Amino acid sequence: MRISLALAAGVVAAPATAATLNVTIPAKSVAEYHRPYVAAWIEPAGGGQARTLAVWYDIKKKGNEPGTKWLSDLRTWWRKGGRSLKLPADGVSGATRAPGAYRIPLPADLKPGSYVVYVEAARENGGRELVSVPLTVPVRAASATGRSELGAVSVSLR
Amino acid sequence: MLRKSLLAAAIATMAVSAPAHAHRAWLLPSITVLSDLTQMVTVDAGASTDPFVSDHAPMNVDGIQVWAPDGSMGKIENVGKGRYRTTFDVAIDKPGTWRIGMASSSVMGSFKVNGEDWMVGGRRRGPGGPGAGGAGAGGPGAGANAAGRPMGATPPAGGEGPGEGGPRRMIDPSHMVASVDDIPAGATDLNLTQMDNRNEFFVTAGEPTDTLFKPTGKGLEMVPITPPTDLVANEPGKFRFLVDGKPAPDLKVTVIPGGQRYREADHAQELTTDRDGVLTVAWPVAGFYWVNASLADDKPSVAKASKRRMSYTVTLEVVAP
Repeated sequence: MRISLALAAGVVAAPATAATLNVTIPAKSVAEYHRPYVAAWIEPAGGGQARTLAVWYDIKKKGNEPGTKWLSDLRTWWRKGGRSLKLPADGVSGATRAPGAYRIPLPADLKPGSYVVYVEAARENGGRELVSVPLTVPVRAASATGRSELGAVSVSLR
Repeated sequence: MLRKSLLAAAIATMAVSAPAHAHRAWLLPSITVLSDLTQMVTVDAGASTDPFVSDHAPMNVDGIQVWAPDGSMGKIENVGKGRYRTTFDVAIDKPGTWRIGMASSSVMGSFKVNGEDWMVGGRRRGPGGPGAGGAGAGGPGAGANAAGRPMGATPPAGGEGPGEGGPRRMIDPSHMVASVDDIPAGATDLNLTQMDNRNEFFVTAGEPTDTLFKPTGKGLEMVPITPPTDLVANEPGKFRFLVDGKPAPDLKVTVIPGGQRYREADHAQELTTDRDGVLTVAWPVAGFYWVNASLADDKPSVAKASKRRMSYTVTLEVVAP
């Protein structure tokens, strides 16, 4: 099955992208751990409209202090595009994730060019970190590493 | 003539620019960027030497207004006055950029009736309303600040005459009127200064809007170029200053970050607007900033006044990148 798909892709034109953003949420040895809010987005390298790939937050929390209250703690994402999203957004928003490695598919319709992928994480009773990885389309692998709230962040071809 | 000269000195004190050790009136919101519409911003309001440090006097917040992005007026709630600062809350329940603060205009000065000295614009508020309201709220050194009297103290009967420096009685209390409209017909020797003050900050819920940035065309104003709730320490902020709706070139603007107790440098900046009235600020640190411009000219809008003093203050939050 995989082979035939690959063959098809090879025979027809190669898709602009078929790549993945890999995000690692590190385990934290702390007394009170809460899963971080995380947002991932793409911007053209020269600046321009941000495109949100994923935002993980407390979707279910309602009441006086709904989960959306702390979205602005992802302050860079919020300013660059988060605030213009209507949440929850299909295919973008999701629940917070436990420590581990996660794969976020990059959009297949990116035009060739230079981009920057950003991943931002903010944790209750913890810190906040912004990690960026350069992205070239057609996709080449690239990686970066967070120091506190994020682990390895990379772009891979599949 | 002693009285006259004291009065003249008082007026002079009032009319010149702020003394170096002025207390600064400040508004400090708990947050300026919100991501949902069920929250309140809670605000500290005071006057002190170092902006945002509650160590001197509470602000009178009677004049605080809340402009919602849709043009409606919000309200302040839960007002509480402490020894050093007043607090109040504002429900931010509509999307967009809100403007919260005060804009006041008053006239102060002297005149004569039948050859006797009179004064206008001394204490205009009732007991319990310290001088931080009205003139004091707008900028450094205004009102009671200049007199060196603790703003939280109830002034003695007879009022908080501008520049009244101590036990010397300058003028008969019955010769003081509250506003320019109360000046009797036939008054002579008018020496009046119009005092315009603004002190404000912005809060944005969701996407920012610019509906409240339309200038009134009156006095000293600031029109944001960089959205005032989008400031980041590694990007310069730009703001246009206007006087009577026209760009104010070469205007001196003081920019002071809070939190000075936690570092060596005070990071205070004295900047100047360019020829288009645009101020460009590079932020030395992230944090809340107190930004003030003061200007005096001889173009009052009040007919009886001959001079005008204007002060504009804005609190800006600058986040780390």
